[in-house]
Amino acid sequence: MVRVVQFLFVTKTIWAVVLALLVGSILMLSAGVNPLYAYASLFGGAFFDYYGFGATLVKFSPILLAGLAVAIPLRGGLFNVGAEGQIYMGALFCAIAALYLPEFYWPLHLLVCALAGALGGAFWAAIAGYLKAYRGINEVIVTLLLNYVGINIVSYAAGGPMIEEGAPYPYSPEIPSSLFLPHIMLPTDAHAGALVGVLLAVILAFVLKYTTFGFALTTVGSNPQAAKYAGIHVQRQMVVTMALGGALAGLGGAFEILGVKYRLFHMFSPGYGFDGIVVAFMAGANPILVPIAALFFSGLRSGAQFMQRASGVDSTVIDAIQGLVVIFVAASLAIRFGESRWGKLLAQRRALDDQLTPLEKKNA
Amino acid sequence: MDHIVIDRITKSFGAFRALDDVFIRIAKGAIHAILGENGAGKTTLMNILYGLYKPDEGQILLNGRPLRMSSPADAISHGIGMIHQHFMLVNSLTVTENVVLGLEGGLRGVDYAAHEKRIRELAKSVGFDIEPAAEVWTLPMGMRQRVEILKALYRKADVLILDEPTSVLAPSEIGSFLESLKTLRAKNHTILFITHKLEEVMHVADRVTVMRHGKVTDEVDAAETTPRELAQRMVGRDVIMNLKRVKSAPGEVILKAEKLVATDDRGVRALDALSFELRAGEVFGITGVDGNGQRELSEVIAGLRPLDSGHIMASGRDIGPLDVKRRKDEAGIGFVPEDRQHTGLVLDYPVATNFILRDYDRQPASRHGLLDFKYMARNAADLVKRYDVRLRSPQQPVRFLSGGNQQKVILAREIEAKPKILVIMQACKGLDVGAIEFVQNTIFELKASGVGVLYISTELEHVLDIADRIGVMYRGRITGTLLPQEATSERLGELMAGVASEVV
Repeated sequence: MVRVVQFLFVTKTIWAVVLALLVGSILMLSAGVNPLYAYASLFGGAFFDYYGFGATLVKFSPILLAGLAVAIPLRGGLFNVGAEGQIYMGALFCAIAALYLPEFYWPLHLLVCALAGALGGAFWAAIAGYLKAYRGINEVIVTLLLNYVGINIVSYAAGGPMIEEGAPYPYSPEIPSSLFLPHIMLPTDAHAGALVGVLLAVILAFVLKYTTFGFALTTVGSNPQAAKYAGIHVQRQMVVTMALGGALAGLGGAFEILGVKYRLFHMFSPGYGFDGIVVAFMAGANPILVPIAALFFSGLRSGAQFMQRASGVDSTVIDAIQGLVVIFVAASLAIRFGESRWGKLLAQRRALDDQLTPLEKKNA
Repeated sequence: MDHIVIDRITKSFGAFRALDDVFIRIAKGAIHAILGENGAGKTTLMNILYGLYKPDEGQILLNGRPLRMSSPADAISHGIGMIHQHFMLVNSLTVTENVVLGLEGGLRGVDYAAHEKRIRELAKSVGFDIEPAAEVWTLPMGMRQRVEILKALYRKADVLILDEPTSVLAPSEIGSFLESLKTLRAKNHTILFITHKLEEVMHVADRVTVMRHGKVTDEVDAAETTPRELAQRMVGRDVIMNLKRVKSAPGEVILKAEKLVATDDRGVRALDALSFELRAGEVFGITGVDGNGQRELSEVIAGLRPLDSGHIMASGRDIGPLDVKRRKDEAGIGFVPEDRQHTGLVLDYPVATNFILRDYDRQPASRHGLLDFKYMARNAADLVKRYDVRLRSPQQPVRFLSGGNQQKVILAREIEAKPKILVIMQACKGLDVGAIEFVQNTIFELKASGVGVLYISTELEHVLDIADRIGVMYRGRITGTLLPQEATSERLGELMAGVASEVV
């Protein structure tokens, strides 16, 4: 009995998602559609169709990197809600490196462009990190507002100094084809960014657990006062942690340019950075779980069209379901085992068991 | 006529007896101070008066009738108002809104204009210069405290309980605050004033109850006593020489503090040109009433708090420019902080990880930036055994260890770093007898091996037990240094009350 409840508790995020899907099915029923059929086409299309899975992976890359961009600062005690803006700044820096640097040996040039993207995101996030560490300004507000600044800077760049001559709306010239990221599932658009993202998730999980850098990062997150006592430069670490998160989001933005769009478009991201927040929380800020949560979320996004085509459910229902996932996951996070009624009841029961065991032994 | 009688109240938490047969009579319209060190049971007593705790034995009489309370709401309805040390105000609301907040009115609208008028009159009648329309965040701390008092008065409280009211005030605000208490007394309010600051008691109180270890040790009229006498009662112990004390010949000076000046978290000066010397193989105890700069002193030496001026010399070298890490590694300064749960340990980390908390980026705990978990496990197994840390597994989060075992983890870590100087702050606070003995024996061993120990504690008996010399701190200075045999409670009381200059 105790085990069962504990299991339910540990997997609470999954139950939150299931609940969200159940409530979503009520929406579908009200639209006169069989939810089982709709969900089958949604997930079948997103994960079990070659082209559909390719489309899922296209969205997977930025959502995964944005998820990591939120998860890493969370472990360091910081809440980065600015992944969206960091994606845009990363894309901008990457596009500048791709368009204006003279072409040279391609793997190196590609690497430089990707790193430029990471640098752009890191710079954008470090602003918030610096203001938090040295001026005490709430990083949630700064990162949130910098989103809009970043998005608008890209709109300005793509519509002004970087615009392609004769373009009907704001976008830049195409980057050299030598810089296109390799595709991994031809003929779909799925590109190597997804693999790099998974690799980074594994590396980051290792870094957090086994390196002194990760130790400093998580110690500042768990107890800044003890971190200072341990000789860690708490303020500097906060800036670095934030910059690392921003670098990941910026890399996601760079991969959008190098792998999918090949140009800098204005308003090119449909909110990947905000999906990253949900993904990070679903994964409990554990880098190794972020790819799983990101895959689910990108599947929801790409499967929406399949569902619409197959069952006639408007894809806005998916928007509603995504919203429900956010709400239920957030609600599930508020449930703490030890503090919940269940936790207390179980603790009482255990205490009683402990009392009874010696009695039973005596009786036996 | 006694307004309140605290009639033989006893309250225990587990095996710990926080209040033991406490009997206090409080006269109507008087300022009654309850004086005692931290942990003397003052706050427990006030929480009982305010209905937050139920006494195990005894009762409270209000105007001669026994009082039954099960919650603060009952206390308020009986006219008892409490002003907590940390204000319970909503900063973005106005004074009026804060005062009205929580008043019962059902679903009817709140007539702010009428309330505001009444609050303005009330404030005027007790001499508070407060604008009810001001938002609380715009007010200085002293004013916010008055808003708290208004809240209680507006609910028709005629007994006000103030828990360490001056601890949040700037020095310049304290005088006018004490005056406002006198005004309230003139309005026939009964005021219970909990504090450990002697001069405030002397300034406003009519009657003083001194508590110690959950017992009332004295009750006197303020006019008939002196700060010296009160301090003596707070300390309350005749000197008994500890026979376990290890004799050792102190070596050369290894730590020298010269005119240290530092500020506390609120920006108030906490160390005021403090100087002392510590020799190798010596335990220098520093004591004093809590809040006289002891914590700041420990942090300044460990490198956790910046020094405004002055010099700290370790083995002849000025360590001012060194950060925490270099003070530990280069100057050999170990530090057992006061707040072991929030500074000394990361509670969610395993015990093994906490053992390397301050060495995580050096060999052997890590190599080329990679943590060596095998070493950590070996090291933990070794230290757990040698320091007798009671636990289920070294991989257990340190949160689940008892206070004494947590302290052992910190001590083990700091001692294994082979310090030349060890700063220990409140090492025995909240520990049981066995753990205290362990800590004391450990300190004796350190001393015998030539380490200089700076032992800072408000727990006088522990300081007397182990120190070779005792410095008493008062308002950021050392008012006097005594040998244990000279440290009579009378002499200590004088120094703790800051009256050194009169008698020397």
